[in-house]
Amino acid sequence: MRSRLPFPLLWLSLVAMWLVLNGTIAFGHAILGMVVALGAVLGLRTLQVPARRPRKPITALSLASVVLYDILHSNVAVAAIVLSGRRHGRAGFVEIPLELRHPTGLAVLACIITATPGTSWAGYDSRASVLTMHILDLVDDEASIRAIKERYERRLMEIFE
Amino acid sequence: MSDFLSVSLLVAQLMLALAMAFAVIRLLRGPRAQDRVLALDTLYVDAMLLMIVHGMRQATTLYIEIALVIAMLGFVSTAALARFLLRGEVIE
Amino acid sequence: MTDFAALSPLVAVLVALLAIAGAALALIGSVGLLRLPTFYQRVHPPTMGTTGGVGLTLLASMLLFSTLEARPVVHEIAIAVFMFVTTPVTYMLLMRAAVHRDRPGDER
Repeated sequence: MRSRLPFPLLWLSLVAMWLVLNGTIAFGHAILGMVVALGAVLGLRTLQVPARRPRKPITALSLASVVLYDILHSNVAVAAIVLSGRRHGRAGFVEIPLELRHPTGLAVLACIITATPGTSWAGYDSRASVLTMHILDLVDDEASIRAIKERYERRLMEIFE
Repeated sequence: MSDFLSVSLLVAQLMLALAMAFAVIRLLRGPRAQDRVLALDTLYVDAMLLMIVHGMRQATTLYIEIALVIAMLGFVSTAALARFLLRGEVIE
Repeated sequence: MTDFAALSPLVAVLVALLAIAGAALALIGSVGLLRLPTFYQRVHPPTMGTTGGVGLTLLASMLLFSTLEARPVVHEIAIAVFMFVTTPVTYMLLMRAAVHRDRPGDER
């Protein structure tokens, strides 16, 4: 057993979350939070997830703001489609060849695509590394593929690879 | 001004109740099992939001914990149901 | 009904707008769930409830309780993080299940 604390950043943010949720910075709560967070990171280590120190925080921030903007934007777009019943294109599946290989990066990409109304993750072939997704209002296949690759994949590759 | 907020929160609650009613209609109508699971997922998210707005109207933070419990149970149940549809069994 | 009288009008209006906008997104999501013709299209609208609906309602709740109790109340962040992590899991499982069950030769 290694003596080093696994996932130090996660441990620190868990302790911070514990203190914020309890609304105190009392000594007892700090100790209790540290113990609980230690249990969490030790448990996570047994899952053997690939540890990854976050790199390029600026790229991560720009990705987060792009995702937030897209989620707000597509909320309005899907609401308009549901209420008016009209749309520009059709609903359909799109296959996107991905260059992103890192499992964590793929997981984040899956979260982004599913969390955005109007697009959903329908499958991923890890051998061909082709992502299938369903789009509610599909006007131009090529434009959708380019949007995913330029807005999300490029930034995710910078962060994870 | 306080009446305005109370009435607005009541309106939000009524909208959420209507959203739950629509989800129940989809749940009953189907037609396939995945539609029903999707409706169940929508139903619990709407119920969770209803709890939060109810807590705001009562001016107590107690309901936030209730909402968290609804979110956890809802996630586990819909994930288990979706997995059942995928494999035909929950635990392999 | 309760001690909303202590709130400033600005906060009251903001909280009301956020809560109604969040509820409206959830409602439109359910309308879409009911109205759209196929399962793959019906997957999309409920996501509005789980992103925009949850986000706006939690913002309203944080704003209201932080003002009422004159200290930052951020319990809602726990729900937001939980929803952000779990929603994609459910939806991906459900999409995969639907694709799996729609394979040709599978008559269920």
